[in-house]
Amino acid sequence: MKASGLSEFMAMGGYGFYVWTSYVVAAVAVAFEIIAVRARIRAAVKSALRPDRAVPVADDTQ
Amino acid sequence: MAAILEITDDTRESRAWRGFAWSMTRDLNLAIRSKAELGVQLLFYVIVVTLFPLAVGAEPLLLRTLGPGVLWVAALLASLLSLSRIFAADYADGSLEQLALSPLPLPALISGKIAAHWMSTGFPLVAVSPLLGAQFGLTTDEGWLLALGLLIGTPTLSLLGAIGAALTLGLRAGGGLLALLILPLYVPILIFGAGSIEAVRAGLGASAQLSLLAAALLATLVGAPLAASAAVRIALD
Amino acid sequence: MSSIAWFRLASPASFFPLARRLVPWFSAGAAVLALAGLWLGLLVAPTDAQQGDAYRIIFIHVPAAWMSMFIYIVMAFWCAVSLTFNTRLAAMLAQALAPTGAMFTVLALVTGAMWGKPAWGTYWAWDARMTSELILLFLYFGYMALRNAIDDPRRADRASAVLALVGAINVPIIYFSVKWWNTLHQGASVSLTSAPTMAATMLAGMLIMAFAAWFYAIAITLIRVQAIIIEREQNTRWMGELLPWIR
Repeated sequence: MKASGLSEFMAMGGYGFYVWTSYVVAAVAVAFEIIAVRARIRAAVKSALRPDRAVPVADDTQ
Repeated sequence: MAAILEITDDTRESRAWRGFAWSMTRDLNLAIRSKAELGVQLLFYVIVVTLFPLAVGAEPLLLRTLGPGVLWVAALLASLLSLSRIFAADYADGSLEQLALSPLPLPALISGKIAAHWMSTGFPLVAVSPLLGAQFGLTTDEGWLLALGLLIGTPTLSLLGAIGAALTLGLRAGGGLLALLILPLYVPILIFGAGSIEAVRAGLGASAQLSLLAAALLATLVGAPLAASAAVRIALD
Repeated sequence: MSSIAWFRLASPASFFPLARRLVPWFSAGAAVLALAGLWLGLLVAPTDAQQGDAYRIIFIHVPAAWMSMFIYIVMAFWCAVSLTFNTRLAAMLAQALAPTGAMFTVLALVTGAMWGKPAWGTYWAWDARMTSELILLFLYFGYMALRNAIDDPRRADRASAVLALVGAINVPIIYFSVKWWNTLHQGASVSLTSAPTMAATMLAGMLIMAFAAWFYAIAITLIRVQAIIIEREQNTRWMGELLPWIR
C-alpha cells in the first residue's frame, strides 16, 4: 500500500495530468454513454406511447 | 438482352463466363459512349496530383520523398470518385433488377461490370502514372514499379469499391459515406503499393510488396463479386 | 438446451424481458470489478521503475483496446448470425454493440495518446497498434453511418451486416499491413505493447479492469438493445401490452 499522502497520490510522480486526464475521460465517457442510453429508452417508450399512435395490430411472430 | 436468356449449353460455369463476357462488353460500350466522363476522371487524377507540389513547394527532394505516396493516394481517390458509376445507371433505370433476375450468375455479371469499370477508369491511371511520377522526380525504374504496382492494385480497388457501391445503392448519403466505408479497406493496398517504391529506395527490393498486392488481387477477385452480389440483392429487396 | 427453446429466445419479444433481468447483474458486477481493479491499479500496484506512475494509464488503456477489438468481433459474429438465419434480434444486438465498441476505441486512442506523451515524448507516434486502432474506429463509424443512411430497417440490418463481415475479414490484413508499414518507416519500433515488465499486481489489476469493461459493455448493450427493440417493434401487440409497465 502506498503510504504517501493524498497530494503525492494526485501528483502521480509528476505525471498527474496524463494519468488523471485518462481516468477522467474514461469516467466521462462511461457516464455519457449511460445517460445517453437511458435517454434513448425513455424517448423510445415515449414515442411508442404517443396518443396519436395507431392501435397495434400485428403480433410478433418470429 | 433477351438473346442472352436463350440458353443452350447450360452448365453453371459456361453461364458464368457468358455472363462475365456479356456484362463486360455491355458496360464497355456504355463507357465508350461517355468518353468525356472518363476524360474527366483521368483529369481529376492529374489535378489532385498537381495540388501537392502547389501545397508543399517544389523542392525536389521533398517531392521525391512524397511522390509515391501522393500518386497512390490520388489513385485511391480517383478510384473512389468513379465507383458509383458501376451500378448507378443500371439501378436508376431498372436494368440492375433485370440482371439480378437473370439465369446468369449475378457475381459473374458484376465481375464483368467491374472489369469494364477498371478498364475505363483504373487502367488509364496506370498508363499516365509514370509521366506524373517523373514530375515528382521518380527515376525510370521507379516509374515502372509505380505503374506495375498500380496495375495490380487498381483492379483490387475497383473490386473492393464495388462492394461499397453496392451497399450504398440509391442512398442519398452520397460519396462521403462511400469513402468512409471503403477507404479503410484500401489501406493495405496503399501501404504495399507506395511501400514497394520505398522498399526499392531502401535497397530491399519490391518483390514482397508486389506479391502481397497480387495476393490481395486474387483474394478479392474471388470474394468481392460474391460480396457485391449479396449487397446488390440486399439493396434491391 | 433444445433447439426449440433457442429459437423462441431468438425473438425480440422473448429476449426483451431476459435483457431487463440481466442488466442489474452485469451492472453490479461491472461496478464491483471496477472498484477492485481501480483499487489494485491506483493504490496497490507499485510504481514502475522506468515509466514511474504514468504507466497506470494501462489500467484503462489496455482494457479499452481489448474491448474495442472484442466487441467488433462479437458484432461481426451477430451480423453473420443475422444473415445466416435471417433473424432480426441478432441484427439488433449488432446494432446495439456498435456505439459501445466505438466508445472503447475512442477511449483507447485518447488514453494511448495520454500514455504516449510521458512514455515516448509525443502524443501520437503513428505506431502500428494505435494506427490500426484508428482505422478500427473508422470501421465502427462506417457501420453506424451505413445503418443511419438506410431508412428500411431490414435493409439496414443486412447491408451493415455485410459491411461488418467484410470489415472483420480485413481487420487482420489491415493490422498486418500497418505493422509492416511501421517497421519500414521507423527503425526502433515505438510500440505500446512494450508495457513494463509486469508485477503480479499490475497484471491482476489490468485483468480485473478488463472484466469490468466486459461486464459494463454487456450491461450497456443489453439496455441499448431494449431501446432498439422498442423503437423497432412499436407496432406489435406484445410491445403495446408491455410498454405501460416500462419505467
